[in-house]
Amino acid sequence: MEHIVIIGNGISGVTAARHIRKLSDKQITIVSAETDYFFSRTALMYVYMGHMKFEHTQPYENWFWEKNRINLKKGYVKHIETKGKMLHFSDGGTLQYDKLIIATGSKPNKFGWPGQDLDGVMGMYHKQDLENLEIYAPNNKVCKRAVIVGGGLIGIELAEMLNSRNIPVTFLVREDSFWNGVLPEGESAMINRHIKNHHIDLRLGSNLKEIISDENGKAKSVIIQETGEEIACGVVGLTAGVSPNIDFIKNSDIETGRGVKVNRFLETNVQDIYAIGDCAEQHEGINGRRPVEAVWYTGRMMGETVAQTICGNRIQYNPGHWFNSAKFLDIEYQTYGWVFANPRENEAHFHWKHTDDTKCITVCYDTSTNTFLGINTFGIRMRHDIFDKWLTEGRDVNYVIEHLAEANFDPEFYKAYEADIYSAFKNELQTV
Amino acid sequence: MSNKLNHSMSLAKPDAVDISNKQKVALAIGILGLFILALALFNTNFPNKGLFLTLSLGFIVIGTIIYSRDAYLTKLEGIKNDGVWFKSISSRGIWGWILGVILTAFYIVLYFYPQYLGLGKDGAENTGLISLFDPLSNLLSGRNASQWFVYGTLYTVAILAFGYKFILKYRHNRYQQLRTVSVMFFQLGFAFLIPEFMYVMNSDLPYYDLKSVWPLNYYIFDEWSVKAFLSNGNIGLGFLLFGIISIFVITPILTYKYGKRWYCSWVCGCGGLAETAGDSFRQLSSKKMSAWKLERWLIHTVLVFSVVMTVAMIYTYLGYDHNNFWLTKGLFISLVVGFLTLIFVGVMYFKRRELGKDAKYGAIGYFVVIALLVIMHFTGTSENVFFIKGSDLRSAYGIYIGSIFSGVIGTGFYPILGSRAWCRFGCPMAAILGFQQRLFSKFRITTNGGQCISCGNCSNSCEMGIDVRAYAQKGENIVRSSCVGCGICSAVCPRGVLKLENDTMEGRINPTEILLGNDVDLMDLVNKK
Repeated sequence: MEHIVIIGNGISGVTAARHIRKLSDKQITIVSAETDYFFSRTALMYVYMGHMKFEHTQPYENWFWEKNRINLKKGYVKHIETKGKMLHFSDGGTLQYDKLIIATGSKPNKFGWPGQDLDGVMGMYHKQDLENLEIYAPNNKVCKRAVIVGGGLIGIELAEMLNSRNIPVTFLVREDSFWNGVLPEGESAMINRHIKNHHIDLRLGSNLKEIISDENGKAKSVIIQETGEEIACGVVGLTAGVSPNIDFIKNSDIETGRGVKVNRFLETNVQDIYAIGDCAEQHEGINGRRPVEAVWYTGRMMGETVAQTICGNRIQYNPGHWFNSAKFLDIEYQTYGWVFANPRENEAHFHWKHTDDTKCITVCYDTSTNTFLGINTFGIRMRHDIFDKWLTEGRDVNYVIEHLAEANFDPEFYKAYEADIYSAFKNELQTV
Repeated sequence: MSNKLNHSMSLAKPDAVDISNKQKVALAIGILGLFILALALFNTNFPNKGLFLTLSLGFIVIGTIIYSRDAYLTKLEGIKNDGVWFKSISSRGIWGWILGVILTAFYIVLYFYPQYLGLGKDGAENTGLISLFDPLSNLLSGRNASQWFVYGTLYTVAILAFGYKFILKYRHNRYQQLRTVSVMFFQLGFAFLIPEFMYVMNSDLPYYDLKSVWPLNYYIFDEWSVKAFLSNGNIGLGFLLFGIISIFVITPILTYKYGKRWYCSWVCGCGGLAETAGDSFRQLSSKKMSAWKLERWLIHTVLVFSVVMTVAMIYTYLGYDHNNFWLTKGLFISLVVGFLTLIFVGVMYFKRRELGKDAKYGAIGYFVVIALLVIMHFTGTSENVFFIKGSDLRSAYGIYIGSIFSGVIGTGFYPILGSRAWCRFGCPMAAILGFQQRLFSKFRITTNGGQCISCGNCSNSCEMGIDVRAYAQKGENIVRSSCVGCGICSAVCPRGVLKLENDTMEGRINPTEILLGNDVDLMDLVNKK
């Protein structure tokens, strides 16, 4: 019986395993060094905040794996011997495979800052990071202040986590407005204000120069590049993005760039080896997407796709319209289609913001054809399937604004803003 | 890690964030209110009972209000679940167990030893806790308090005070606020005040909480109850008819349109207490598959028991001769069997495919009920049912289901089993509404395409123990008979994935395997069976 080995028990690897099991009777083994069972990485924050316990982040009960004949092996893969189709583990063990799926995900970026490997310095990605945070920042007596470096999605989550335990946070953001490489100006500015309303010390346009150690090799303060200011702290969170977790592959004959290079079929340059999820890098981005996409759902979709290929139905990875979501403290964010921070050529943005400063939308459209290209929505939930349909149909922006109520996904009895948005849109068109 | 001794008395792990000084004062005020009740329980004879009762209940309410305001209004609007699993009381820690034992003990005394609460037997004066409530009872209905009046008052106070807390906690969410105002209204008006006023107007009428529907108020068709209704002319007959219409007409229509939430989360008193005072314990319900299996057997067994028990009770006091009363034993049994058969055949005809494997269990349940009724008819005399005295069957149901299950376990075990253990495992009303919700209702929880990140907040906060995430991460609508539509899963979702909706029946149940966002051809391929 063919043996499929999957390195990594995250959403990509586990989805691949589940779908291979559905489609076939092959022998399946998932290897992980991080945890015994699959858990939702995105939920780690809620464990620290006390909303959930760690076991609640596991989407499947422990009996699920044996029942579905998916072997789980705990171990750290040190080397892939592609000729002999053999994995070598750090403890000296080996594992034979017929087909291999690499789904090792990401690791936090470190940019060579002095002191970046001190105790009390951590990313917020692995379960081990959470355990470290529990040691160095269990409460505001042990950790009197935390410094977070990097203003992205993980950074703001870490800020929310520390805030929940009343630990003061200084948040260093390189850009002059939060996440403005992705968010248009109005949205980014609204989030800046929201962060400050939560009493988080947001420092825009600030870079980390170095982390200073105490006598025990533990971080005690950071120095800011621009001002030279020293900020005493118990914990430093490095959240300046992630990159593919593929160091152990670098010395094999599997081709890598930033990630493991794959074609549209998610095949690497070596026969019978595939890569999916955060660690995979497309030769070229698909439909405007980036070559490496560290997003929960793309990992899942690649898992679904590669399972088909491995089970005899060779199929291309073909993601649909871009979408994503996040939550910035109390403000939910969703995006459908493409809305860039700055409108590209022949594009324009329509921006509407509610006076309470917690809700806004930005609609992007083509100025020559009026085609709707995408929407960012903050504090108002919208329907994925409606926007997916409108994007596929190439709807006109006027149509979208007029029918926005159809896409509303807020709970019942919530105040609706479509009429406001509609009149703001009409007004803006008249003044232009 | 620090070697410093931990001097805090916190039983939380890790330390829950300290409460503010204002919250400590609020707690002290609330405990003072409870302390007055405790003193009364141990037979302190207060000089001015009306004053001390007012002080006691006032302190409890004021303490809760001050605490809630400081806990929620000092922060921005949003989800407020920080530290829920750290606090001893809400994570089955030592305080949780202590509270569970106290509540359970209270329920046992309430149901089985009311004399310890000070109930005066055979016309004797009340003493202790119950006598403390005499002034209020006299004010409302001109009679002394009973243990049920004490319980009803405390129950109502709990729903009102914690309802206020809940409204503040979800002050960004109008669905939560409205349904909480609704349960507060129904508890105060329908369950507490109106029955007292009804007594004032006509003291022969049995206690009737108009919002309570059979089989939840399993006693409504008891002989004494029916006789009391019938001997009270048109108004009594009206109430009895309303009781029958409630279950056979009003309930099905509302459940069809809105799902069972119209009752369980907007009207019901058991649900009302669970959603307000029990809110801190909602996360404790088990989401295991094994718990779900147990739930299905248990709740449907209770339903069968309550149907058979009620039919048997009515049966025993009906006559054989239609000259005495048009409804005879034989006719009644025929009507019941006919009605159940109609439902069974209808469901099998229209919904056979949706039910799948469950059809078998449904059939077993149906035949068990019919067999029991037929056996009853051919073995029964006017007194005995299944060779057991009919009234014994009724009191067995009253003790084991009405008292022990719904009260002692259902509420006493809040801090252990979560806030809806009764609603989930025992309530026969929930079983009927759930059956209808699963098969004939426009209600569902819609999932939003491919946005789910499997975080588990939804499952964690489901008081009914539904593994919401299992559906959401597949992009599948949630159509579960147990769902009471509280809407908290939707509220806590960080990605805006869940929405409670009433929409057409078509496409309501959509078991898909590939989520929106992927290659359309692949989606078709994988969903092809």
